[in-house]
Amino acid sequence: MLGIESKGILAVYLLCIASSVLCVVYGLLSWNRGETVPDDVKW
Amino acid sequence: MLAQGVGIVETIVVLLYLLIVVYLGYLGWRRTKSAADYMIAGRQIHPFVMAMSYGATFISTSAIVGFGGVAGMFGMSLLWLTFLNIFVGIFIAFVFLGGPTRRMGHRLDAHTFPELLGQRYQSKFIQVFSGLVIFVCMPLYAAAVLIGGSEFIATKFGVGYELALLVFSVIIAAYVVMGGMKGVMYSDALQGSIMFVGMIVLLIMTYSKLGGVTAAHQELHAMANVPSLFKGIGFKGWVTMPEFGWGQAKYDLWWIVVSTIVLGVGIGVLAQPQLAVRFMTVKSKRELNRAVLVGGIFILIMTGVAFVVGSLSNLYFYKHETVTGKIVAKTENIGVIAKKKRALEARIPCTLLHIDTNNDGVADVDVVEKGHDVVRDGQVVLPASKLMPAAEVKDLGDGMVEVRPRAVAFLRAVVQTKDGWMFNTDSIIPTYVTQALPGWFGLLFLVTLLSAAMSTLSSQFHAVGTSIGRDVYETVTGKHGHGIGVTRLGIIIGIVIAVLLSSYARGGYFIARATAIFFGLCASAFLPSFFGGLFWRRMTKAGSIASILVGFVITAFWLLFIKDEEARAIGLCFKLFEKHSLLLDKPNWAVVDPLVVALPISIIVAVVVSLMSKPPSEEHLRKCFRGV
Repeated sequence: MLGIESKGILAVYLLCIASSVLCVVYGLLSWNRGETVPDDVKW
Repeated sequence: MLAQGVGIVETIVVLLYLLIVVYLGYLGWRRTKSAADYMIAGRQIHPFVMAMSYGATFISTSAIVGFGGVAGMFGMSLLWLTFLNIFVGIFIAFVFLGGPTRRMGHRLDAHTFPELLGQRYQSKFIQVFSGLVIFVCMPLYAAAVLIGGSEFIATKFGVGYELALLVFSVIIAAYVVMGGMKGVMYSDALQGSIMFVGMIVLLIMTYSKLGGVTAAHQELHAMANVPSLFKGIGFKGWVTMPEFGWGQAKYDLWWIVVSTIVLGVGIGVLAQPQLAVRFMTVKSKRELNRAVLVGGIFILIMTGVAFVVGSLSNLYFYKHETVTGKIVAKTENIGVIAKKKRALEARIPCTLLHIDTNNDGVADVDVVEKGHDVVRDGQVVLPASKLMPAAEVKDLGDGMVEVRPRAVAFLRAVVQTKDGWMFNTDSIIPTYVTQALPGWFGLLFLVTLLSAAMSTLSSQFHAVGTSIGRDVYETVTGKHGHGIGVTRLGIIIGIVIAVLLSSYARGGYFIARATAIFFGLCASAFLPSFFGGLFWRRMTKAGSIASILVGFVITAFWLLFIKDEEARAIGLCFKLFEKHSLLLDKPNWAVVDPLVVALPISIIVAVVVSLMSKPPSEEHLRKCFRGV
């Protein structure tokens, strides 16, 4: 696959892409999730 | 040397770029009204700016030139570092560490990473000691980045390395001292965007030049049989992992790649002071969530491309490269440095060709024509004629020749240094870009490298300055609010130390090693306290102090007395024991990274001492953890 015969290198090649996709999916799903927390310190 | 000089267009583009960066520094200065603005950008940074700033700070010339060059030497096994950089450095860091760090930083009104630890554990010692570790050790990492930037500028602009170093440092100092964190982050966002475009283009052009993704990988795989200097330590090709095992020299490469390069940097990123402080520059978790998206793509493109292109450069140099010009000089049977360490310099006898490709009478490309066997007592002790490239020279008439160097990347990156000719890993990527790709890309890559170096250096110097201004001066004297002046002075001192280190240390893949040392030190000293502080209420001041000291001391001991490369460079072990490493006669130990030993012990010490000491007060814990 992709011309890479070593399973270890192929695995990491695909893992890099998969982990990047994971970041994109997480970012999109939580785009509007997450309000501001000095006033609270005073409180 | 590089094949193309710098024309008027390139000079104008670089000057324009520098003007924009200085303007962004000025903008940061205009918008800086308080210490919080100067140190953490007023906690109001936009998510895109924050993500690009985190990424551009994380990725420097160390990653592109330093680690890209190591990939040229050792192959795609370095992609494990890319995976860890994305999964640990972005996903774990932002999703699990970012939120608690931001909230606790706000709660405790912390402006720096050492201050966060110091406030969490109610310890001035932790804040001052951590600040001093950063102030003393960060310039080593900064020197690595400075070398990467200065090497390229010096060769590209044809100026002296020391002059490049000086000009480069002064420009960065100007906008960091002036603009504070806002100036740093605004310019980071611009620089990160330039880096992203530059590396995307580099990847596309490399694969298209080598016949596409599959064909390029297959051809590189077929090169595994090419003679290599590294077969004795476990090298099996650029698209294969090194040989794994323990107890023999042939497993050294696996331990170098995995323990130092992959783990040292891959885990060390979690406790980088200049990165952790960025979590405190945004106003809510929402910004961190959005930053994950940008960061994940950015890191994949930056490090993934550098490591893949570094590996594939072997295929270009060995099978595709031709150099056309006049041979203006030939250096017969000269020892080229293949490994440079204090008290050990391995030189390989070679004949070098110096070729003028742009018809100005000056050689601008240097290649190895052939190697010469080293013979002692009638025995061949180094079969250099088989290990070295055998360049093919074709006469084109009129004194012109076409040279096919047929060299692997490490042996193609031959450069002249003050110590003589040297195979320099850090020159692999610059040589590849200037030889393989068109001139206009050389310009884009130049600005990409400038951006990569400046965005990281600015944050390193900012962290050095705040560590001395906020964490040491203000904490020790109790004069709060007077730290910015001392911070600015600290930045200048940090830059001077880094410049001095940079002019001393070149070669021997110093860039990658210095980066790994700093990342590993931060992980061993700070990671247990950082994690424990955020997630374990029972973690105590005594546990944190013990863990920081143990992590620091074991790392220092390992670097001074065990790890061969560093112990040999420092020389203390040899002075005391007349050998370069206490475990030199034990296979593999001398190449294992200190992190592998120091971090587990540091974690155990943190847990055991915390359980044996008095827990923090409930009131303090409520203040730290409310909403965390």
